[in-house]
Amino acid sequence: MNALLSVRGLGVDFETGDGPVHVLENVSLDIAPGEITGIIGESGSGKSVMAFAVMGILDPAARITGGDILFRGESLLAMDPRRRDGWRGREAAIIFQNPRAALNPIRRVGDQIGDVIARHDRPPAHALRGRVEDALRRVGIPDPARRARAWPFELSGGQCQRISIAMALACRPGLLIADEPTTGLDVTTQAAIIALIRALARENGTAVALITHDLALAAATCDRLAIMHAGHVVETAPAPTILAAPRHPYTRALLASAPALAGSINELQPIPGRLPDLRRADLPPCRFAERCPRRIARCDAPGPLGLHEAAPRHLLACRNPP
Amino acid sequence: MSMVLRRLLTAIPTLFGVVVVTFLLTRVLPGDPAVFFASNPSMSAADIAAVREHLGLDLPLRDQFLVYLGNLMHGDLGRSVATGQSVAAEFARRLPASAELTVAAFALAVAIALPLGVAAALRPGSPVDHAARLIATLGASLPSFVTGLLLIFAFYVFAGIAPEPAGRLAPFMVEPERVTGFLTLDALLAGERATFAAALRQLALPAAAMALFALAPLTRMTRAAMIATLGADFIRTARAAGLSRRTIIVTYALRNAMVPVATTMGMTFSYMLGANVLIERVFSWPGIGAFAIDSLINLDYAPLQAFMLVMAAVFITVNLATDLVTALIDPRAAR
Ligand SMILES: Nc1ncnc2c1ncn2[C@@H]1O[C@H](COP(=O)(O)OP(=O)(O)OP(=O)(O)O)[C@@H](O)[C@H]1O
Ligand SMILES: [Mg+2]
Repeated sequence: MNALLSVRGLGVDFETGDGPVHVLENVSLDIAPGEITGIIGESGSGKSVMAFAVMGILDPAARITGGDILFRGESLLAMDPRRRDGWRGREAAIIFQNPRAALNPIRRVGDQIGDVIARHDRPPAHALRGRVEDALRRVGIPDPARRARAWPFELSGGQCQRISIAMALACRPGLLIADEPTTGLDVTTQAAIIALIRALARENGTAVALITHDLALAAATCDRLAIMHAGHVVETAPAPTILAAPRHPYTRALLASAPALAGSINELQPIPGRLPDLRRADLPPCRFAERCPRRIARCDAPGPLGLHEAAPRHLLACRNPP
Repeated sequence: MSMVLRRLLTAIPTLFGVVVVTFLLTRVLPGDPAVFFASNPSMSAADIAAVREHLGLDLPLRDQFLVYLGNLMHGDLGRSVATGQSVAAEFARRLPASAELTVAAFALAVAIALPLGVAAALRPGSPVDHAARLIATLGASLPSFVTGLLLIFAFYVFAGIAPEPAGRLAPFMVEPERVTGFLTLDALLAGERATFAAALRQLALPAAAMALFALAPLTRMTRAAMIATLGADFIRTARAAGLSRRTIIVTYALRNAMVPVATTMGMTFSYMLGANVLIERVFSWPGIGAFAIDSLINLDYAPLQAFMLVMAAVFITVNLATDLVTALIDPRAAR
């Protein structure tokens, strides 16, 4: 098994005032070293929860109900918490949407990058400044020595996201999770940020999990795509396969609702029907069944619905695929 | 630093306004000081007129104000009718007593409230959190002079471990050479350990009573600000970057939370000066608060005016200090 990150049958519930919310169920996903994987799904499908579970930054109300997360073959869930702290930021990093809020408003951006480097690489004090400036230079910030002294409120949203990327990649992690990194940025900045992530990942051999609503963007950027629906991964395959020969009815609906897929960035149209209420105790094995045109009796038969290999490197969770 | 200058300049009109108000207020208060001064049945109307003239009370209001202003400029705060003393001299003796009490109480309150509020915010619903809430409620619901009386009862009358609540130092002790006016500090500077201990013991109960009063807003604000900050996106970023728990709590969360806490600290400090008035009475503390009450009862204008001016100056200074601290913490406020 050569996956860098391997999520295996992960389940996550959130405890709330009116009972548990079954947010993730039996989620499996492999990410190979150096590969860019797009994770796509409607709002509320559990993309961020999966990302936070991998990083170990879930809300205290979250409970992992099953499965495991392996990084280079080692279980992250069984890892000693102290080592896990050192793992975060060094082996894997994450950037978020709303980059300005993601930065400490009252700390100079260079110091925030320096905090990460000092924590993981412990360079001698005199070398830290140079490391920070290198990190800024790599993300295309001009005049890094001066920019390192800027406050977040002095920078544009796009520049803040570059700072976040510099922070995330400062210690050259093997995995970068980008959770909707371009939401809220203008279109040209979006393209520049995605191009930057792609270039840096290729350059350093960093694997990227790019979380987005935007199927067109993902198709143009990613090697593989994973489609999520209501807390399930329903299909994963190389990006061209998903585009040319999707098997899951939900993937097909997604593609159909994004007609201008030819490389342009465009908003996902909602699919008919809604995500099922994840609080329900009687969630069907296939959470898409209630919206699915191909639903048959077998779809509702009890028993877990797992991913199976529909073709080489093409995994599918559907009991009645076309 | 231009911000400091700007704030200082804006303080000038405020201060001038306070001077006008204090001047007018004492003129519209009931009672003619000349009559009070001359409250001697043998005095004739002519005598009273002479006193009025001597005090400048026969001049038009505008001229009286100009005289008052001119005297203020020279540091002349007038003369207390009751004691016959120069008010400036009286305040020079009493202000350090009040300041020492307030500063000690404030330091005590901050030293308890900040860690308590942070600990409560880190574990909402835990025993620490409940303890913090209990202390805050107690402090908020008991007027500080009541707390003072309770403390006297518990520690002086009942347990007998506190000294008699009679001022800053027992009458038989010799005051240390005056440097700062704070007896505890002066005793330390003079190397007189026994005097230091004695002054500290006198200070403990009134300071504790005032501190308890200040604990409530400080603890509550620290807890609330910390909880809000710990939920912010940038804390998630810091956690995801694997920063140590200490760095996250101190450098990232607490520093941000200190912005609203600093404002609350300034407000609380100003309120404490008001609370001073009654605490000083309860503990026979020779401060300006006790002096102000006496002057009010005696319709003694000059000390009252001085008291109001001092309070206004303190408020302005505290506000300025709050703004400065906020600007130091938060670069966005410095502009
Ligand atoms: N702290 C929480 N408490 C309860 N439910 C939560 C919590 N966090 C997330 N959820 C639920 O988990 C589900 C998935 O949320 P998640 O944020 O992962 O969605 P997403 O796919 O990232 O959506 P988006 O595209 O809007 O970011 C949602 O139904 C949400 O309501
Ligand atoms: Mg999300």
